[in-house]
Amino acid sequence: MPQLTTTSPAPVKRNSLTKNQLPGWANWAVLAGSLILGAALSTLIGFNVIAWALISAALFVIAGYFVTLSVEGGRKAKDRFVTNIIVAAFIVALLPLVSVIWTVLAKGIPGLSMGFLTTSMNGMTGAVDNASVQNGTEVLGGAYHAIVGTVLITLWATIISVPIGLLAAVYLVEYSKGGALSRAITFFVDVMTGIPSIVAGLFAAAFFGLMFGPGTRTGFIAAVALTVLMIPVVIRSTEEMLKIVPNELREAAYALGVRKWRTIIKVVVPTAISGIASGVTLAIARVIGETAPILVTAGFVNSINWNVFSGWMATLPTFIYRQLMNPTSPTNVDPSAQRAWAAALILIVFVMLLNLIARLIARIFAPKTGR
Amino acid sequence: MSNTLTEGGAKGRAGDKVFSGLTLFAGCLILVVLFAVAAFLILQAMPTFAADPAKITGGEGFWVYIWPIVIGTLIAAVIALLIATPVGIGVALFISHFAPRKMAQGLGYVVDLLAAIPSVVYGAWGIAVLAPALVPVYGWLAENAGWIPIFQGPASQTGKTMLTAGIVLSVMILPIITSLSREIFLQTPKLHEEAALAMGATRWEMIRMAVFPFARAGVISAVMLGLGRALGETMAVALVLSSGALIPSLIKSGNQTIAAEIALNFPEAFGLRLSELIAAGLILFVITLAVNMIARWIISRHKEFSGAN
Amino acid sequence: MSKRIDVNDLNVYYGNFLAVEGVNINIEPKSVTAFIGPSGCGKSTFLRTLNRMHEVLPGARVEGEVLLDGENLYGQGVDPVTVRSQIGMVFQRPNPFPTMSIRDNVLAGVKLNNKRMSKSDADALVEKSLTGANLWNEVKDRLDKPGSGLSGGQQQRLCIARAIAVKPEVILMDEPCSALDPISTLAIEDLIEELKNEYTVVIVTHNMQQAARVSDKTAFFNIAGTGKPGKLIEYNETGLIFSNPQEKATEDYVSGRFG
Repeated sequence: MPQLTTTSPAPVKRNSLTKNQLPGWANWAVLAGSLILGAALSTLIGFNVIAWALISAALFVIAGYFVTLSVEGGRKAKDRFVTNIIVAAFIVALLPLVSVIWTVLAKGIPGLSMGFLTTSMNGMTGAVDNASVQNGTEVLGGAYHAIVGTVLITLWATIISVPIGLLAAVYLVEYSKGGALSRAITFFVDVMTGIPSIVAGLFAAAFFGLMFGPGTRTGFIAAVALTVLMIPVVIRSTEEMLKIVPNELREAAYALGVRKWRTIIKVVVPTAISGIASGVTLAIARVIGETAPILVTAGFVNSINWNVFSGWMATLPTFIYRQLMNPTSPTNVDPSAQRAWAAALILIVFVMLLNLIARLIARIFAPKTGR
Repeated sequence: MSNTLTEGGAKGRAGDKVFSGLTLFAGCLILVVLFAVAAFLILQAMPTFAADPAKITGGEGFWVYIWPIVIGTLIAAVIALLIATPVGIGVALFISHFAPRKMAQGLGYVVDLLAAIPSVVYGAWGIAVLAPALVPVYGWLAENAGWIPIFQGPASQTGKTMLTAGIVLSVMILPIITSLSREIFLQTPKLHEEAALAMGATRWEMIRMAVFPFARAGVISAVMLGLGRALGETMAVALVLSSGALIPSLIKSGNQTIAAEIALNFPEAFGLRLSELIAAGLILFVITLAVNMIARWIISRHKEFSGAN
Repeated sequence: MSKRIDVNDLNVYYGNFLAVEGVNINIEPKSVTAFIGPSGCGKSTFLRTLNRMHEVLPGARVEGEVLLDGENLYGQGVDPVTVRSQIGMVFQRPNPFPTMSIRDNVLAGVKLNNKRMSKSDADALVEKSLTGANLWNEVKDRLDKPGSGLSGGQQQRLCIARAIAVKPEVILMDEPCSALDPISTLAIEDLIEELKNEYTVVIVTHNMQQAARVSDKTAFFNIAGTGKPGKLIEYNETGLIFSNPQEKATEDYVSGRFG
């Protein structure tokens, strides 16, 4: 009897470690089956690609479960099922994200030109847009004033929030001893993280409204609103980075007779600087795209304003919003839409660049390991 | 009393005092700012609460005016959360435990970048791409599932509905949930994972035994952060939703959220209307505050068991 | 260079918990003193009180006095920073500053305190300290490379060089070899032998052979049980501790019956 098993045609498959295993091609077979069946089913309800994809995916997940169940058992089947669901979730998540990027690129690139980057909307009226549509000429007007506003307002927000955020984080990590004050600060930083951006805008508007009369709107008020949003992000990331600086380094410095504040400035912060800098950059990237707080604090203009302390200001996000909601020419909205998408593309490029810079900073300033 | 140990102390200590004083000042400033946010909102909102109900928008007092948009805000956030939570956790798991390692890093990077896309861009995408694409789906839903109140027809012909707004919001908060959950999943102690695998667990069983217990609190806080963002998100809703009175159907025009209400009306508002909108902002602030508190409470309750401390 | 340490009736607390009780010990200048004892007996805690490094740990405080050539470390108006610049410390795990080069690591104590120093003086100090730590020949042509690129044993010697660059009177070492391989350990032990020509050296070690090899005098610490304070049981010439201990607990410990 034993001879029979050893001379059977596929001795490898009868190994106790490989028994009850689906062959590698099984998954592909199930996929092919689901696609064919999915095509058939979707034709029944009127064929379209999305329905086909959805039905096939559902069939694949279900069939995969039962095929695995029949050969490999319940535990493996569940594993296969979850794996397929998770891959499906990933694909589902990717679709809108790819679509957003694609839309911005496809609609934004036609509107990009030197003229767009270097002119404002000053003097642009519906008549100008109507004319350019009728004559088929280039769309005039641009986002220069909005770029200026974005840069100035974000710059001021950064100038205010970075020192405060850094110092507060240093207090929390290096000086507080877990007392009531530090717990209160940690708690309220958490609360601040959750403040809706429009509420931050309302606060700044209400605050300056009381001081300089209601309806006062300037770039600086917008910067204050953004500061409220930025500070908690800066504190959080700085705190995390300071916490992972090994205590041994602080002790080493103390043991050399170095004062605490010098230890912090010259040992702790430099060790964490890459993380801190990239955290700050990400915080900037977050607030640069804020629309709502700018709308209620800086108002909206069509002309260039270099002064953050007086007069209304436009930024890229509010520019996009206004061009979409209140097109310059109500009868010919295409020029406005084109400007909005071009501005969206510029804004995204700004944000992506900031993210890239954050990564580069993290890499360049990371403590050298010498390997 | 002077000896080699006591000389030269005072001068050096001054630096320590100044620096620690500065950091303390910065820390207290945070508290002052938050207090100021609350104080000024309340101060500016006071006239609304004191005003004659007939003078409030709608003519029946502030609470009648505000509650439909509070409900609208919650509906939008709930739709966003229902979609984004399972997908977001799935994506995070895919990146942390399923994707090939080389691919995982790139994917993580992509998700991080997407978290940074400004909300106004998502809003623009919502009206330009998503809303038109959903019109036939809404038509089909109204026809075949119209007996469910939330799918009651006739469906919107522009697609600018609450459901669209909720989907846009879910796309926006997806990267938040994903990137935070992924970080937590990746921090699962390798020892726990290997212990589970060494017992003969499948990958899914390992995730349930080692990863989820460790990550639960973190994932909840990620979801809550997403919720907070969805509640306060303004521009996407302001652009995508064609607003109106509170109605149960999610595929018709109608409903409104607090944030969008403020953004749409603030630029032209003055006097009592301004105060009304600030009062609405105060309500939104209170709601997000409550969400945050609940999240923190959940986290602190789970912390002891997760091994994450 | 090199001062004596006298400890009188020292108690160490963590909050309300008495961690080390009633230590009296006299440490001679230019000698090597080893602290041995089982884990948790408070020897490392006690070592930290000798240059007030315990104050870095939350809630730690002491009663009693520690005299450095007759001057109390815990006297009125004494700045812990001054204390630490006279009594240096080397830690369990090598901890060079990752953001600094080898050269800057050696000069850290000087530079971080913003003391001005000419380049030639600095170069001389770097060479002298690294030579003193038996590291000069190994690193002299890569002084500008990061210190974290060295091997564990080299890093630990770099930390010793860093400690002696501030010209302390006393060097405390908290299990300096526990993270190192045997060859690196040998290099450090040789170095300790040389350091005692100029400094008072106090070393905490888990390794009794190491204590026997490097120290002139040995102090044995022990605890009666968990939750009880650590105590100094016996302090004597190293040879006597290992060959003819006076206390039963010491004998049990050095003969390997526990710990």
